[in-house]
Amino acid sequence: MFATSLELLRFHWVAYTIYALMIVSVIAWFGWNLTRREKVRSIIRIPFYGYMAFLVMAGVGHHIFTYNAIPWVEEDIKRHEIKPDRNYLIEVADHKWKMPQMRAKKGEKVMFDVRSKDLTYGFGLFRKDGTMVFQMQVVPKHKNTLLWTFRECGNFDIISTEYSGPAQYDHETGKDLMFVKDGMVVDCNEKIAMKE
Amino acid sequence: MENKSFKELLINGTDFDAESLTALQKITLRAVVMSFVFFGLVALEGMIMRLVETGPSSPLPKMFSHPDHFFSIMTVHPIVGIFGSTYQLVFAAFMFLVPYLTKKPLYSLKLANFVWLSITIGTALAWLAGFIWHYAPLYTLYWPLPADMKQFSLIGGFVFVIGVALIMIGTLGFIYNIYATIFARTGVHKDKTMKELLISGFGIDGLFNLVYKLLGKPPYSKEPALSLPVVAIFRGTVDTFLDAIVILAAGILVLVYLVSYATGFSWDVHTIDSLLYKNFFWWGLDLVADGLVLIYVAGSWYLLATIITGKKLFMENVARAALLLELFVSWMVWSHHLLADQPQPEMMKLISGEMVTAFELLTQGLALFITLVTLWKARPLKFTPPLAYLLGGLVGFGLAVPAGIIQADMGMNRVLHNTQWISFAHFHMALIVGLYMTLYSALYVLWPLVTNNTKLFSTKLTWAHYWLYLIGGIGMGAFAGMAGLDGMLRRHLYVNGEFNTWMILAAIFGSMVLIAWFIFLANIVLSVGLKGLVGIFKPANNSIDYVEVK
Repeated sequence: MFATSLELLRFHWVAYTIYALMIVSVIAWFGWNLTRREKVRSIIRIPFYGYMAFLVMAGVGHHIFTYNAIPWVEEDIKRHEIKPDRNYLIEVADHKWKMPQMRAKKGEKVMFDVRSKDLTYGFGLFRKDGTMVFQMQVVPKHKNTLLWTFRECGNFDIISTEYSGPAQYDHETGKDLMFVKDGMVVDCNEKIAMKE
Repeated sequence: MENKSFKELLINGTDFDAESLTALQKITLRAVVMSFVFFGLVALEGMIMRLVETGPSSPLPKMFSHPDHFFSIMTVHPIVGIFGSTYQLVFAAFMFLVPYLTKKPLYSLKLANFVWLSITIGTALAWLAGFIWHYAPLYTLYWPLPADMKQFSLIGGFVFVIGVALIMIGTLGFIYNIYATIFARTGVHKDKTMKELLISGFGIDGLFNLVYKLLGKPPYSKEPALSLPVVAIFRGTVDTFLDAIVILAAGILVLVYLVSYATGFSWDVHTIDSLLYKNFFWWGLDLVADGLVLIYVAGSWYLLATIITGKKLFMENVARAALLLELFVSWMVWSHHLLADQPQPEMMKLISGEMVTAFELLTQGLALFITLVTLWKARPLKFTPPLAYLLGGLVGFGLAVPAGIIQADMGMNRVLHNTQWISFAHFHMALIVGLYMTLYSALYVLWPLVTNNTKLFSTKLTWAHYWLYLIGGIGMGAFAGMAGLDGMLRRHLYVNGEFNTWMILAAIFGSMVLIAWFIFLANIVLSVGLKGLVGIFKPANNSIDYVEVK
């Protein structure tokens, strides 16, 4: 249902905004009616067990929905059984990445294996407009793997998505020293990508 | 009051007489005063961070954008907000309410006095560690960052750990005082056994009553030993205790490494497994967010609904049983904080992170339902400040809880973890709007009891505070949360105004919260007067330790 995280986040934005407006309106309506002297006719009667069933369905159904609608959930759970098209090993220590220029073709599955030698970092890919493609935590002395199928092409920047101390930034300018411009390039043109 | 000049009101207040207060009233008010002082500080810190993130258009001096300074603020912000302000206010309210509700004296007034002092000094020390020494491992204390002496100063670490330890020691003092009061077999509990009190405290009698009803038997307990709000206080305090132990243990670990560094031993920080530590720490820390806050809030809603309506709580047995259910839920949900940690076992993510966490929708939804129906059955009600703030609190959690549940999902977490979404749409909404609106409601309910019916300076100011705070809190949470959906990270420094529009909007609404705080403060100061304010901190003339219900 959602090919990219951008589509998912746009849907989420609309759905949650509608919900937020609804819950604020319902409580406001409720508050107003609490103070009215006239008898209030219920617009809708929700039985207690119906309400409970709705909450259970919302809580569990939400996960069932995302499992079926978001492609990376199943991939993530089964990542150890899936053969990736490309593997990238990335090391990080002292707030510095050690990584190759990463490339892939649209539709390819890429396994990112990120290892930290000292602190907890984050590993996130971001579009040029600042929106997030994905992220994961990088726990030191552990194998942190993430399998991702690129369903979109373009140049993506890499940002450490977890705070690892002020040394991540330039002391004077505040510039993020772990920011990697165009750290991942995903090619739309299959022919050009094949030549590589 | 009409004849009093502004100067007179500022000095003497409306009709507040600090000399007439009991020791317990004074202790309660001392903690309340410190809580709101810390609230002002935390609101100011929040505004500083918002303005820094607006980038070049920020009107603040450049020093605030320095990473050392910025992350020091980010480290102390939750310590001051959650412990210095919220804990103080909640503990003060409960140490006043438990004697009031059980009609028994508080176990120890000296201990109650120690609690607010310990938390105040501890918070101040933790704040100073950030302000002076720029110790900034954030509240998450992800191992081994707090012991990273390449980035932080030793003295800063010591002061911070001692500060947090003092807060936790104060917290343990509160817990001891509450339990010793609840389980004292005096007054109305003279003939109760410890077993009866414990069964009631855990909500087991409510569950038995429900089961007996289903089986067609007479109720297990017609008159439960403890009233429902006391059950909630007891239950929430179990989580408060476990959380304090975990934070203290983490503090001792950091201290051990700091001492080893200071003495030149420098132990390998990787002797401690970061993932195991993260699980342990989040298990404890999550007992604040998903344990005691939700339980204390549910209990407060029930109490406020019954006081506002003067009626019995709707479905009281279900509410008691739900508090028991929340006991298990709150202990098993920590893994939703580790959904982005790939070495974390998938089953833990699935069961603890997703499925059990989803139960919070059920327990909190139930509390919301019971509170709303209790209010509805008593209509028409007057739209008083306590009712208005209570409804505001319900709105806050109505917005914040689903936002958290949405994020506690493996698919959503991949693109929402550590973004401003979780920070603002979820926990700032829960704390600023949900929790504080509930606490303000309690404050206006308790005001006559704690201040001996002191007249508030202005009802208009109360309403101005209400609307500014409600709109400001929701607006700030919504706009900063939207920045998160656009990719803005929560523990990151942006100096180029990358998310400028959202941050400016969030800052505008955030400033409404800050202005609301000033209005609230003005209203309170003009009610009690500066003399009264000083009088609160003077020893009490009488030692009556609880206020009789009239």
